[in-house]
Amino acid sequence: MPMISLTIDNKKVEVEQGTSILEAAREAGTGIPSLCYLKDINVVGVCRVCVVEVKGARSLVASCVAPAAEGMEVLTNTNRVRNARRLAVELILSDHPMECPTCIRNLNCELQTLAEELGIRDVRFEGERTKHTADNSSPSIIRDPQKCILCRRCVSVCEHVQSVKAIAPQNRGFDAVVSPAFEAGLAETECVNCGQCSLVCPTGAIYEKDDTTRVWDALADPNIHVVVQTAPAVRVALGEIFGMEPGSVVTTQMVGALKQLGFNKVFDTDFTADLTIMEEGSELIERIKSGGKLPLITSCSPGWIKFIEHFYPDLLPHLSTCKSPQQMFGALAKTYYTGKAGVDPANVFSVSIMPCTAKKFESQRPEMNSSGYQDVDVVLTTRELGRMLKLAGIDLSSCPEEEYDDPMGISTGAAVIFGATGGVMEAALRTAYELITGETLPSVDFKTVRGMEGVKEASVQVGSLNVNVAVAHGLGNARKLLDAIKAGDADYHFIEIMCCPGGCIGGGGQPIPTDLGIREKRIGGIYTADEKMVLRKSHENPAIQQIYKEFLEEPLGHRSHELLHTQYVARGKYK
Amino acid sequence: MKENDCKCEHLWAEFNQTLEKNSGNRSALITVLHKAQELFGYIPREVQIRIAEELEIPLADVYGVVTFYNFFSLKPQGKYKISVCKGTSCYVRGASGVLERFSKTLGVGPGDSTDDGQFSIEVVRCLGACGLSPVMTVNKDVYALVKQESIPEILDKYAAEEVQESATDTLQRDQRET
Ligand code: SF4
Ligand code: SF4
Ligand code: SF4
Ligand code: FES
Repeated sequence: MPMISLTIDNKKVEVEQGTSILEAAREAGTGIPSLCYLKDINVVGVCRVCVVEVKGARSLVASCVAPAAEGMEVLTNTNRVRNARRLAVELILSDHPMECPTCIRNLNCELQTLAEELGIRDVRFEGERTKHTADNSSPSIIRDPQKCILCRRCVSVCEHVQSVKAIAPQNRGFDAVVSPAFEAGLAETECVNCGQCSLVCPTGAIYEKDDTTRVWDALADPNIHVVVQTAPAVRVALGEIFGMEPGSVVTTQMVGALKQLGFNKVFDTDFTADLTIMEEGSELIERIKSGGKLPLITSCSPGWIKFIEHFYPDLLPHLSTCKSPQQMFGALAKTYYTGKAGVDPANVFSVSIMPCTAKKFESQRPEMNSSGYQDVDVVLTTRELGRMLKLAGIDLSSCPEEEYDDPMGISTGAAVIFGATGGVMEAALRTAYELITGETLPSVDFKTVRGMEGVKEASVQVGSLNVNVAVAHGLGNARKLLDAIKAGDADYHFIEIMCCPGGCIGGGGQPIPTDLGIREKRIGGIYTADEKMVLRKSHENPAIQQIYKEFLEEPLGHRSHELLHTQYVARGKYK
Repeated sequence: MKENDCKCEHLWAEFNQTLEKNSGNRSALITVLHKAQELFGYIPREVQIRIAEELEIPLADVYGVVTFYNFFSLKPQGKYKISVCKGTSCYVRGASGVLERFSKTLGVGPGDSTDDGQFSIEVVRCLGACGLSPVMTVNKDVYALVKQESIPEILDKYAAEEVQESATDTLQRDQRET
């Protein structure tokens, strides 16, 4: 790329041609506020908060969309610029319910921060208020158009990252609203509940459904036995809510905090992640041997499951029949665990802490009751757990460190990497290799399937078989693989698909902000956690060996089929 | 308006042809919507879904376009179609006020119809009677030099016609039955 030079506030800056003025300024260390802009994803220039003066141009220029040009002279901090930015934000506020103290995004809201930074003390206009009502139809996501500033970030993420586009700008002028077609509730649409929109919304207009009250109530009831499981990705992100660096591994503090909240047993979803490897690995071997449907595709990610059900129902036979680790856990908590502990499953309340909003939907799928009860009663996101801890006055950083309870708290490094894109694949390869060849792996690390590349491929020699695998994260990337399968040019045996960019560490229930840099740091945390584990391969987990001996008998056995496997629903794209 | 249980099978047949011609062609959206509006008189949900599927455009976008332009409507046109001219001359001589008065009285905006299906309002471009502006029509009746104050009277006339009609209907039915 050829370079160009310009001046920003009289400082000479060199950038690649095609860089926007905003990015050029940021590279040079000059901050320009922005609101609708989301790097590489939403570059639409609608809010005009990022305006600057360009010498020779008559009007102010929106710097997020305007490319820097050779010899350009840019001023970012003049009276005219400051007034225009303030005006832009005041206009937004004139039609905004100022409910900050009671808003879910209070103290973590970009509109609030901006108003503060621009020194807005008074809104000079009293606008008419939009009257769109909130959409509570979805078990995962709530939309409150009253707080929507029409920045379209959610629309762009849903379209460009997830290739779903369940929501779009509707109507015009004063009636404009971001919503599904026919202003339907999200639950009636092809929305996959991924919550990526809630991660990028600058305000409190799209957010996770908060289910903390039900958990508080269960904890307060002495007759209820409350168990909790925590997903791999939560331990590398929860710390952020308490001011720690992204990627800080807070497993033991989190377990301590959960015990302090009063959970009777604190277990680990990693236990059933190991179990997933045993079941899904066996399914893969079975399909290869018996000429079953290949490629086999992973089924841990409920957003991904709903996506294939809506958009590629003809490919459903490729999906593994394994439930997600969360749901395997739920089914076992009210059968295996209660049997061992001598607790009545009717009195058990099963909570899971997930990085994910789609898991709320998953837990409520009608087929997820193989224990005879709803297998998982309530799913909380990382953000909701953070909220509970704050309400209880528990500071994670000073919380006493504790270990998970037995037996469903014992796990391996292969399970913790489920939290990052490529992790399920790597874990499966570690086990499949050793089970098939009977040899010990020279190195457990399969680095080709790690990292933020959208679609990753690898070929691994396992005994006499050359296993071709692929990994995709973010549904836009998944679509590429699915189209290849449809076209008949996907020569893979096994594919891992995760709904969210970066895998579960980038899930829609994770702390806000979640951006590329933060995703990478959390992934770093995941591999650190893996390295620290004594056991790194699922089949070496003694608790897994025990559950097969005592309860399940063998992978893909009768009980497994009853409790750990499921079936899918072909849904129309638009019902 | 289900494709099968519709009396207007021939409309669907023609519309399906348009769709097939534009299969997978996202840029044909506006053209196809115009065709649908012309054929059906409005663009119901089923039609929008067919367009979304055939042109491979998310339904949320199809609906977005339908609700952005006011020459597309979501409801069938009213029995009495009120068209208010907003050409330059009419505009200058108070067409906006006329339009607003209609909307207020009927409780629906341009491009929309009343829930009972009686009236719909639309904005049209110059009707070519600028000398008599503001001009408007209700079905085939033309009204010139319209004043806001005369709007209730205009509406009453059609409402009365309605009462008359249903009275005749009843009468005829009664006669048949006896
Ligand atoms: S969205 Fe932001 S500005 Fe609006 S009420 Fe909530 S915290 Fe306040
Ligand atoms: S939850 Fe996911 S699929 Fe649903 S609207 Fe948000 S981004 Fe789109
Ligand atoms: S819901 Fe949030 S992200 Fe979407 S347009 Fe509104 S303010 Fe922007
Ligand atoms: S940030 Fe540039 S116009 Fe919104």
